[in-house]
Amino acid sequence: MLIILPNIALIESSFRPYLPLNEIDGPRDSYTLANYQRFLSTPVGFDIFGMSIDVPIHLRIFITTVLYSIFVTAIILIIGYPAAYYMTKTISPSNMAIFFIVLTVPMWVSEILRSFAWFTILSFKGPLNALLIEIGVINSEVRWIRGYYGIIIGLVYTYMLFMVFPLYSSMQSLDKNQIEAAQDLGASWWRTHWRVIVPHCKPGIVSGCVMVFMLSAGSLLVPSLLGSPNSLWFTQTIQQLMLEALDWNTGAAYSLLFLSLCTFVVVAMMWAFKVKLSDITN
Amino acid sequence: MFRHSQIKIGHLYLALFLLYLLLPLGVMGGASLNDSRFPTVYPWMGLTDKWFIALWNDSRMWGALRNSVVVAIGVVLLAVPTGTAAAFVISSMSGTARTILYGALIAPVLAPGAVIGISTLLFWAKLSVPPGLHLSVLGQVSYIASLVMLLVLARLRSLDASLEEAAIDLGASHAQVLRYIVFPHLAPALTASAAVAFFQSMENFNITLFTRGTSSSDTLTVYVFSMVRGGVTPSINALALIIVSVTLLVTTTFALLRQSSKRP
Repeated sequence: MLIILPNIALIESSFRPYLPLNEIDGPRDSYTLANYQRFLSTPVGFDIFGMSIDVPIHLRIFITTVLYSIFVTAIILIIGYPAAYYMTKTISPSNMAIFFIVLTVPMWVSEILRSFAWFTILSFKGPLNALLIEIGVINSEVRWIRGYYGIIIGLVYTYMLFMVFPLYSSMQSLDKNQIEAAQDLGASWWRTHWRVIVPHCKPGIVSGCVMVFMLSAGSLLVPSLLGSPNSLWFTQTIQQLMLEALDWNTGAAYSLLFLSLCTFVVVAMMWAFKVKLSDITN
Repeated sequence: MFRHSQIKIGHLYLALFLLYLLLPLGVMGGASLNDSRFPTVYPWMGLTDKWFIALWNDSRMWGALRNSVVVAIGVVLLAVPTGTAAAFVISSMSGTARTILYGALIAPVLAPGAVIGISTLLFWAKLSVPPGLHLSVLGQVSYIASLVMLLVLARLRSLDASLEEAAIDLGASHAQVLRYIVFPHLAPALTASAAVAFFQSMENFNITLFTRGTSSSDTLTVYVFSMVRGGVTPSINALALIIVSVTLLVTTTFALLRQSSKRP
């Protein structure tokens, strides 16, 4: 076995590794290099990058993006946790298959349509306003797509399932008897969750949170469709720099900043909760 | 066992949860059938098919659809072999090197799409390759190949190593082992990853937006995006309804196929 496996590996790797390295790491690796070169060698990139600290408008956008992404992640966790919990506990396996099909439909429908759905609902002449007027809750149309409200609603909806699925798969492996034992021993509802279920699902919770945070912070569609000019997302800033101002240097520098934020979040979460990288991507 | 009331609460919560997930899609689709100037369902003005006809006659939509499909096929053709190869390499390694390579290979999955798009654009611009749909393919491959790798890797883990050994002991060449043992075992994962790659590519927006170049080469998602931003008509809802229906059809068939294959 010790001979055959490396042999197969050798055959495999002899003609294959240059391909994945070329394809997968190529753009990213050179990206970092190219960026640093631009970043350091061209004064343009450096100056404007320095300005983002002096003139804090972009820094502010950056921080609000991070804060709102954390907020969105928290909401999704609060809504998604009970959903995953009840999915594991109250649905019989035979019904689960059907339930899963229905559940995965919004996930397969693309991100743009999910945010467009809310664009339709929240739009000024849309169904929500009409319905609320009819019921008598409000007197005239409300502009929902204003400030960060629309973005938060959209992000929560769009990325909900990215939290529910990891939670569900981690809860599935929990032995029902453990919960019953805890309850029999007199643990309260709250205590059962906190001491038994949450520790068990930690990898699921962490991976869900990391996924949702990254997706929300990196989302470009949702903020563009459901946001307004006074609620810029950091990705929108990057997009404006790249495609409208055609300032690729700054755009690159900003995306590098953004990438390091993401890396930092993942590493910090993994370190704080002692979860391995392979757990997150499962 | 669980108390009855608890199960009831659970079902109620899940029903609300499903409603929350599905209702927006229903509203969006329903709006395309409403004879109203705005995409809405509530003041119901009667059934109409004019938005579908408008969509049918929109040549830009057809071009975008064609572009999307071409890109998606390109992505599948590149990402599936690359990702599979990467999975082989990873599974044959161990120790620190494996961890490092694994981290490097799955990084694109976690990295934001906008960053991947920009990096692809910059990298190829350095080599003086102009932006366009071919870059969109390359950019999308960089993270979709990682998804493929994860799928294949999961399947590869369940492959019994003694099967390979047996084959080799019986005089099979390595190529034969690959052909008759490894690939048949991987077949479901390969099909699934091709499907995932296709759909991921179809719905990709972030990477495509940055790499597509001129506005004549928009894909379906970019088209929808530009339509929504500049004066939306319910024909977009019509398109959405079609996409949702197709998605529903495909996921259901896929799930049914999987179920029937589980029960021999």
